[in-house]
Amino acid sequence: MKIKVENISKSFGQVQALDRVTFDVKAGELFGLIGPDGGGKTTLFRILTTLMLPDSGRATVAGYPIANYRAIRRSVGYMPGRFSLYPDLSVEENLKFFASIFGTTVEANYELIRDIYVQIEPFRNRRAGALSGGMKQKLALCCALIHRPQVLLLDEPTTGVDPVSRKEFWEMLGRLRQNGMAIFVSTAYMDEASLCDRVALIHQGKILTTNTPTNITATFGRPLFAIRSRNVYEVTRDIEAYAFTRTIYPFGEHLHYTDKREMPDTNELHDFLRDKGHRDIELTTIQPTIEDAFMELAETQS
Amino acid sequence: MLSSEPIISVEKLTKKFGDFTAVNAISFKVVKGEIFGFLGANGAGKTTAMKILVGISRPTSGNASVAGFDIYTQTEQIKKSIGYMSQRFSLYNDLTIKENIEFFGGIYGLTNRQIREKSEALVEKLGLQDKFTRPISDLPLGWKQKLAFSVALLHDPKIIFLDEPTGGVDPVTRRMFWNMIYEAAYRGVTIFVTTHYMDEAEYCNRVSMMVDGRIEALDSPTRLKEKYGVNSMNDVFVRLARNQDKAKVQ
Repeated sequence: MKIKVENISKSFGQVQALDRVTFDVKAGELFGLIGPDGGGKTTLFRILTTLMLPDSGRATVAGYPIANYRAIRRSVGYMPGRFSLYPDLSVEENLKFFASIFGTTVEANYELIRDIYVQIEPFRNRRAGALSGGMKQKLALCCALIHRPQVLLLDEPTTGVDPVSRKEFWEMLGRLRQNGMAIFVSTAYMDEASLCDRVALIHQGKILTTNTPTNITATFGRPLFAIRSRNVYEVTRDIEAYAFTRTIYPFGEHLHYTDKREMPDTNELHDFLRDKGHRDIELTTIQPTIEDAFMELAETQS
Repeated sequence: MLSSEPIISVEKLTKKFGDFTAVNAISFKVVKGEIFGFLGANGAGKTTAMKILVGISRPTSGNASVAGFDIYTQTEQIKKSIGYMSQRFSLYNDLTIKENIEFFGGIYGLTNRQIREKSEALVEKLGLQDKFTRPISDLPLGWKQKLAFSVALLHDPKIIFLDEPTGGVDPVTRRMFWNMIYEAAYRGVTIFVTTHYMDEAEYCNRVSMMVDGRIEALDSPTRLKEKYGVNSMNDVFVRLARNQDKAKVQ
């Protein structure tokens, strides 16, 4: 195990940021911590990077207990949520600086970052502060990798980043994992779960579930329907008033519907909507996404 | 049903910073009551274009009218006719809900009586009665965003500009937020929204996709997906932005 977390709790005054959090991450695994802002993700990163102590519980990172901050800091690469390189140093200077404080050189580990660094190399003399968002992110990843860490900790690396850059970033992580590194990455974008080997869903300081993305959606536990119509607003309002509605949420071009009954009668729902004047309803049974599962678990566990 | 009356008209709008063209001759129309998604990669020029439309930045060339007012000569009238909220700046954390409503109501020139009536209706609708005199900082992010949206609608604007309003918000609250958007659109308010969640792009009547300062595509989500032969707006986005990268390399 490269990361082992057991019953970690942390409070700030009245706010319980983490509540008995338990999970582990293996070598060569891409592990996602998935949940909205305010769920406790960053607090957990601060504990694992030895920047903060938990109130209770135990954890090891790269085999060292979290009290052994010297050993852990040498063994992990950390990319905090906020851009934290030196804006006045150039791309190249930042990279050399991080290599030197870890007692290594860029040349010694170039192989590991080459794929990513070649994309920013044309700008190696540019000040880091003057890079675009996507470029900054790539440089930050290079700096976190330059001492060949056993464990890579990335706190919301894709927040505010457009879908194309996000996709590229995940492709890079997928390749890095093949070096045997354990990668622990957080995100508020639920659709990124499917790019991880395993994920933990976190909400209000609690882990809702830990599993592979496929297993999480497979345990949804009730039929889920997609409804399509041109008049989303009116259809939603009418379905909210339907006697058997359990949940109704917009999901892209569809509405996702669950029914209170064990065996939902969709013909009846169809008739109900037709009586309300909706003639263009398409209703199909679908497989749940991670986001459906998250909402279901957040609802039933709180 | 949407009307065909344009409430935003943009013609060859251009903004240059030195020799860098941030917005490159974009043209489009948004009709009354439409939910219009304004999408694009980071650095494509969305924020620059939006700043011009809300009247806080002057274009280099081109024309545009917003709520019937000209973006060169009538920026103050534009500001009174629109609402604005973003992920970053929404409300004052140190003020209570009540104080925030009074403050923004005052700025938009509502009378004390209007402010009182509006705040009662708003607080009841959001179910925030017991938090009315508590600082905003006590509210979870999702509630802050819902409140910020309601406050941005306080002066009955014709158009509301939303700049990534749901970033980081939990999935249930994100959907409650979109229900509020649908409701406002249903009442005839025009919605102009940017987002990085591609499922939210699907909630729009039409979306435009900006790439390197230009509008590369503009249509309903359904027709865009058909045109590019893909199943999701995410794929439409990736296709358009990636094509551009390839063109640059060649």
